[in-house]
Amino acid sequence: MTTNSAPTSRGEPFAPEGLPWVRVSPRLATIRRLRLVVLIAVLAAGTAVATWFAKPALAVLPAVVGVALIGWGWWVIGRAVGAWGYAEREDDLLVTRGILLRRLVVVPYGRMQFVDVTAGPLERRFGLASVQLHTAAASTDAQIPGLSPAEAARLRDRLAARGEARSAGI
Amino acid sequence: MTTEQLHRLHPLTPVLRGWKVFAAAVALALQQVYNNDVPPRWLFIGIAASIPVAAVYGYLSRRFTHYVIAGGDLRLETGVLFRRSRRVRIDRLQAVDVVRPLVGRALGLAELRLEVAGGSSAEAPLAYLAEPAAQALRAELLARAAGLDHQTPEAPEAVIAHVPLKRLVVGQALSAATLIGLPVLLGLVVVAAVIGEWSLLGLTVPLALSIVPMIARSVIVHFDFTIAESPDGLRLRSGLLETRAQTVPPGRVQAVRIVQPLLWRRRGWCKVEINVAGYAGDDQSKASVLLPVAPLDEAHAVLQRVLPHVDLRAMTLYGVAPGARWCDPLGWRFESAGADERVFVARRGRWRRETDIVPHERVQSARITQGPLQRRLDLATVHLDTTPGPVHVTAAHRGAAEARRILDAEVAAARTARAVAPPERWMSRPEPPAAPTLAG
Repeated sequence: MTTNSAPTSRGEPFAPEGLPWVRVSPRLATIRRLRLVVLIAVLAAGTAVATWFAKPALAVLPAVVGVALIGWGWWVIGRAVGAWGYAEREDDLLVTRGILLRRLVVVPYGRMQFVDVTAGPLERRFGLASVQLHTAAASTDAQIPGLSPAEAARLRDRLAARGEARSAGI
Repeated sequence: MTTEQLHRLHPLTPVLRGWKVFAAAVALALQQVYNNDVPPRWLFIGIAASIPVAAVYGYLSRRFTHYVIAGGDLRLETGVLFRRSRRVRIDRLQAVDVVRPLVGRALGLAELRLEVAGGSSAEAPLAYLAEPAAQALRAELLARAAGLDHQTPEAPEAVIAHVPLKRLVVGQALSAATLIGLPVLLGLVVVAAVIGEWSLLGLTVPLALSIVPMIARSVIVHFDFTIAESPDGLRLRSGLLETRAQTVPPGRVQAVRIVQPLLWRRRGWCKVEINVAGYAGDDQSKASVLLPVAPLDEAHAVLQRVLPHVDLRAMTLYGVAPGARWCDPLGWRFESAGADERVFVARRGRWRRETDIVPHERVQSARITQGPLQRRLDLATVHLDTTPGPVHVTAAHRGAAEARRILDAEVAAARTARAVAPPERWMSRPEPPAAPTLAG
């Protein structure tokens, strides 16, 4: 499993002190893998049909490439979803993500302008929702996908309540 | 002026709004006629028909547009078919600009732009008002935003900096030359030397001329740039054709950047840019300049007004570890960052020096990022997010543990600073001082 190694392998600078990261649901990986498979399958099928007319002998090539891409994407998605995490501290929320480009963002509750909870059709089917925090800065990059709807609603209300208690203009 | 009174825009508004479209339509029509696509007769019929239509639309749109100042809000109602009513909280005003386009100046009209945070353009542009009305409304809004009585007369101001024309022209010429001219010139010399065709250098003359419009544009925008200070904030005025008078109330400057381009450094000049919440879109680049060209001493003096008690020269900045040379071989020696109890400062650039300054209480969120190469070298970059604008505060390639320390320290400093930050209505005190009453 790649998911359980990710939290421990993350270096010191990205760890929340004295708190565990709350990891996002592994079902997020399922959704992303599903999307990946469908996308690659469609592209590979299209290319295969096109090559079939041009050079029938090469028609198997897109399938091979497609399978390789799916395998690689499968692994990357697992790692990426495993790297995603958040932690609620007393005055701020920490969100971390990324394998190649690792990120950690600290958003003080008092800085929150609004909180979005979104769930697409596929996410709803898998019982997932994502929460996005917005501050007055456009560059604040605090999105947490792959939460259960109950957890997303709880987080939203909690963030909103804490934000109100600590609010400060901009 | 009584409250709850309906105000309308100036009667000449449709003329000023419509003349550009009209001129463009006429130009297009003339071109069609010139190409013999359309007989001239139709052109005249078209113009004759469009004038009453435009006039009726202009009349209606002005009729249906009005604004009211009620309570703590400015309410703006617009739209003939689709009505829109917008409320702007006056105590949330980030800046108030009075913009006078060239034609507007001839007619004595001005546009008043109220900037509030968020949104992609000026939230409530009042275009157009008579100039005295615009000035009066600006003063009233600022007085209300400050938490004063709305009949408070306009605050007096003292000029603290002015950019002479000569410095502006020389400065823009030098920066345009570095940006475009020098690389192209060098390229030409190299090509000429390689193919042995020195007559190519004749091309430098048209090239040199081609940067003139660039310089001119910038000089026209920043012409007669003046900064004045008053109790309702900083007032920035500039412009040759279209003039712009900005008022940025105290505490509305979110971040500051001092830029020293290569060719300005010998003269000791710099440019100062600011982030103000609310300036967005096309306006941003024009409205975010605090000083287009100024000697460093003057910039520091102005900075003292914007961020009181901040002395950049007294701050200690820390450089990055030598490991950073692999990430930024040319500039790593010039990367430094530091903080005191009021601001965080980051500096960078071998040739073009940039210094970012952000007050702790203006930091919206803080981030660290680490790319694959940085991870190898155990480095990380710290970003402090502020409202959108030209200033992005980043301290690149710090040691990973150090980056985390900077992040934690900044988050803590921001928390403390927010707790003691002055109120949004900057003139209202939490406890009114027992001042002796002078006049009743």
